[in-house]
Amino acid sequence: MANILDVKGLTTRVSGYTILNNLDFAVEENELRVLLGPNGAGKTTLIAMITGQYKPSSGKIHFAGEDITGMAPDKIFQRGISRKFQVPNMYETLPVFDNVLVSLQANRKVFASLFRKVTPGDAARIWEILEFVGLADRARDPADTLSHGERQWLEFAMLIASNPKLLLLDEPTTGMTEEGKHKTAELIERIARNHTVLLVEHDMHIVRQIAKKVTVLHQGQLLAEGPLADVVANETVRAVYLGKGKFG
Amino acid sequence: MLSVNGINSFYGTSHILHGISLELADGGMFSVLGRNGAGKSTLLRSIIGLNAPRSGEIRFDGADITRLKSHERARLGIGYVPQGREIIPDLTVLENLQLALIGIGRKDDGLPRFVFEYFPALKSLTERKGGVLSGGQQQQLAIARALVQEPKVLLLDEPTEGLQPSVVEEIDNIIKRIHSERNCAILLVEQNLQFVRDITQQFAILETGHIVAAGDIGELTDEVVRKHLSV
Repeated sequence: MANILDVKGLTTRVSGYTILNNLDFAVEENELRVLLGPNGAGKTTLIAMITGQYKPSSGKIHFAGEDITGMAPDKIFQRGISRKFQVPNMYETLPVFDNVLVSLQANRKVFASLFRKVTPGDAARIWEILEFVGLADRARDPADTLSHGERQWLEFAMLIASNPKLLLLDEPTTGMTEEGKHKTAELIERIARNHTVLLVEHDMHIVRQIAKKVTVLHQGQLLAEGPLADVVANETVRAVYLGKGKFG
Repeated sequence: MLSVNGINSFYGTSHILHGISLELADGGMFSVLGRNGAGKSTLLRSIIGLNAPRSGEIRFDGADITRLKSHERARLGIGYVPQGREIIPDLTVLENLQLALIGIGRKDDGLPRFVFEYFPALKSLTERKGGVLSGGQQQQLAIARALVQEPKVLLLDEPTEGLQPSVVEEIDNIIKRIHSERNCAILLVEQNLQFVRDITQQFAILETGHIVAAGDIGELTDEVVRKHLSV
């Protein structure tokens, strides 16, 4: 399978510190890849580089065959890369359904999309997505009445509606109860059946539930990569990330 | 040692805690669980005095502390490690720790030496700005900051949130050592069940500001978890 994302020799220096150091990293199309690493290893920086929030000091990022290095974030979004934030972004007073509608029509202006007639095709797609994330029975409720976990799922629905080719998920289960985490992991697994997903996650229960191939970053470099079982058996990974295994 | 009797706390006009009562024994280890928004953090903030209850009573070591200011509670021996650590980013590690001593009017005493026995990693970082520390280091600093006040009880708000497994393991060991070596009671708010089961003896589950389940940690069965902690 072809690489949808190809990062070559990526280096990022911020006020004298090297955050990413000549990193080579690739994700195949329709893969679910889990990115692990100690706090400060460069995971979030890598994601910010891929979405165009920061520009690398050197190196190249190719997406779907195109060089996107240094491209503006909105252009990268239009190419099909969507990122989920730790704190969900949504229109608080709008109903769940309308929030998804706005994302479905992300190429139009928010205001215009609200006053445009919803085609039967749009509506069917929105219901399909809401069923998929388990929020169909909350469709008419304003977003600010959702629980913490439901808000995360609404953001997943909004991401799916924007029809991305690559989904970047940075610690999407933070702050959830364990039950919420498991349900979210199950949702991510289903999303990954027809999307490429790059997931940053610390909770090893979740990682063990869904991970196949895993990449471990350490001090801005690739420390280990491969099937989960091999990576968690790696002694350096145990030393810098997992510990003795009580919580890993 | 710490007893909370029927407190009602508000956040603005929202009634968050509805007549909450709990007892923490001398040297006890107690966990409070619940979904987001259940009132867990508000409970800790009520105990430390950052969100004073409108009614009900909080007693510590026999004294009524319901109306005391938070620094007065700290002086009596209640340590607090807030959610998100709340390290002061532009102050050094040392200054962050010294600030905790100033807060209880003991700035001339100097830092108690034992602090670095629990956090040897911080010893080499004393001149580093708090803001550049990693999440794990910040969490250690937040606990160390509470510890310099030599508390009799430590209130911990989600200390493992966002931390890698090996750092969770370190924090787990440190809290157990603080409990046994310094005879410090622990009141923990946490989502990580494995951590809760490993560290505490008793639990209570909050649901929209009411205690809906409580008991010894052995009674925190998967069934209880499913019933009260699902999404």
